[in-house]
Amino acid sequence: MSMMLPLTLKDVVVRRRGKRLLGPVNLTLRPEGLTMIVGPNGSGKTTLLRVMHGVERLSDGSATWAVAEEEARHRQAYVFQTPIMLRRTVADNLRYPLQLIATPRAEIETSVNHWARRIGLEARMGLQATRLSGGEKQKLALARALIRKPDVLFLDEPCANLDGASTRDIESILQTALTEKTRIIMTTHDLGQARRLAGDALFMLHGVVHERGPASDFFSTPQTAELQAFFRGDIIA
Amino acid sequence: MNDILEGLVSAFWLVVTFDTDLMQISLRSLQVSLSALVIASVIALPLGTFLAIRRFRYRRLTISLLNALMGLPPVVVGLIVYILLSRSGPFGVLGLLFTPTAMIIAQVIIITPLIASITHQAMRELWAEYHDLLISLNTSGWQRIKTLIWDGRRNLLTASLAGFGRAIGEVGAIMIVGGNIDNATRVLTTAIALETGKGDFALALALGFVLIALAIGINISIHWLSRTEREGRW
Repeated sequence: MSMMLPLTLKDVVVRRRGKRLLGPVNLTLRPEGLTMIVGPNGSGKTTLLRVMHGVERLSDGSATWAVAEEEARHRQAYVFQTPIMLRRTVADNLRYPLQLIATPRAEIETSVNHWARRIGLEARMGLQATRLSGGEKQKLALARALIRKPDVLFLDEPCANLDGASTRDIESILQTALTEKTRIIMTTHDLGQARRLAGDALFMLHGVVHERGPASDFFSTPQTAELQAFFRGDIIA
Repeated sequence: MNDILEGLVSAFWLVVTFDTDLMQISLRSLQVSLSALVIASVIALPLGTFLAIRRFRYRRLTISLLNALMGLPPVVVGLIVYILLSRSGPFGVLGLLFTPTAMIIAQVIIITPLIASITHQAMRELWAEYHDLLISLNTSGWQRIKTLIWDGRRNLLTASLAGFGRAIGEVGAIMIVGGNIDNATRVLTTAIALETGKGDFALALALGFVLIALAIGINISIHWLSRTEREGRW
């Protein structure tokens, strides 16, 4: 369990060019498990994730961790929807986050080898990362995020555009991370994936948290009409 | 047409006979322009990268200024450096006027804005690509600059080579601050200007061809050394 949590969002609002993208959101994230954020496009899922990660400028309100902000920034990682590959080899992409924090060389190599094996890219370590396939890039991005052993991991639709096998690989890595007490917060459009992984869930609509609850209740007995409609596959305006 | 042919022939003979004057002048050209290139790159590459990633108050102004300075007339740069370095000028005591050092100073002033501006363009694109990741990884400003310079090194090479091209072919400024003194500050371009003035077109052309060959040779060898165009991506 991480000392960083709970994370408390208080009256968080994000406005861009006069348009309210998010909020007001009041939310406390408990210290364990996997929180799944679902909702239609443009409902504020990504913005909420970025607010929690501390890379989005708040127009109002506050987001506070249980530890000092500087420490919190060091102990979290983020996987973007479109994986960002450094124009380097696969191995150098994995090394990069550790080099930033001046990890001893031997330790870096041990971690890099471990993760290369874990994501099945050990034979392609010398390849330019930009030449990997979509699924391989996303796995590499995930490994690069986990290599610093973050306490909290954010993922923005990590399996969008991936096939079944790649999705399974990524989910298996996430399951392992969960057993190692990494706190995970992710968004998805794949309701099957949401059911498989979620410990608790949030339903975002029009920039606010419309409904939330433990996974058991959230998926079986949604309370609001909008969430019921969302699960039925209706298009929510 | 005859003049050009003659020029080629004498260029050929000057080169194959290792003409001492030609060697000396060419080496001095290289020495001045390569020194200017190294100094300008050390200033311009981090500066251009910094401008690409950092938002500050007068950023737009700085960038427009930099772009405007790319078109700085070398003659005017030469004149200003001349005044600064002349006996009565503020740096007169250094006794640098009419030395290769003065020529290097002038060329640094001419090519730094050019290199910085091309760097800025290239780095802006790379930064747009890397921005979210580097912010998320909690990188320091200096780490960001280092990462961008390293991963964008091929674009930066192009920027530097553009600067070198401008420096090696430049005549206005180095003529003024160097003085085109035989055995001291005469370089290829000033020698060409002199020979043309004297009406010795064959020699002028010969020097011109050597200059072009030098510029192409440097470009090719730098590309070869840095292994550009070899990997799939580029």
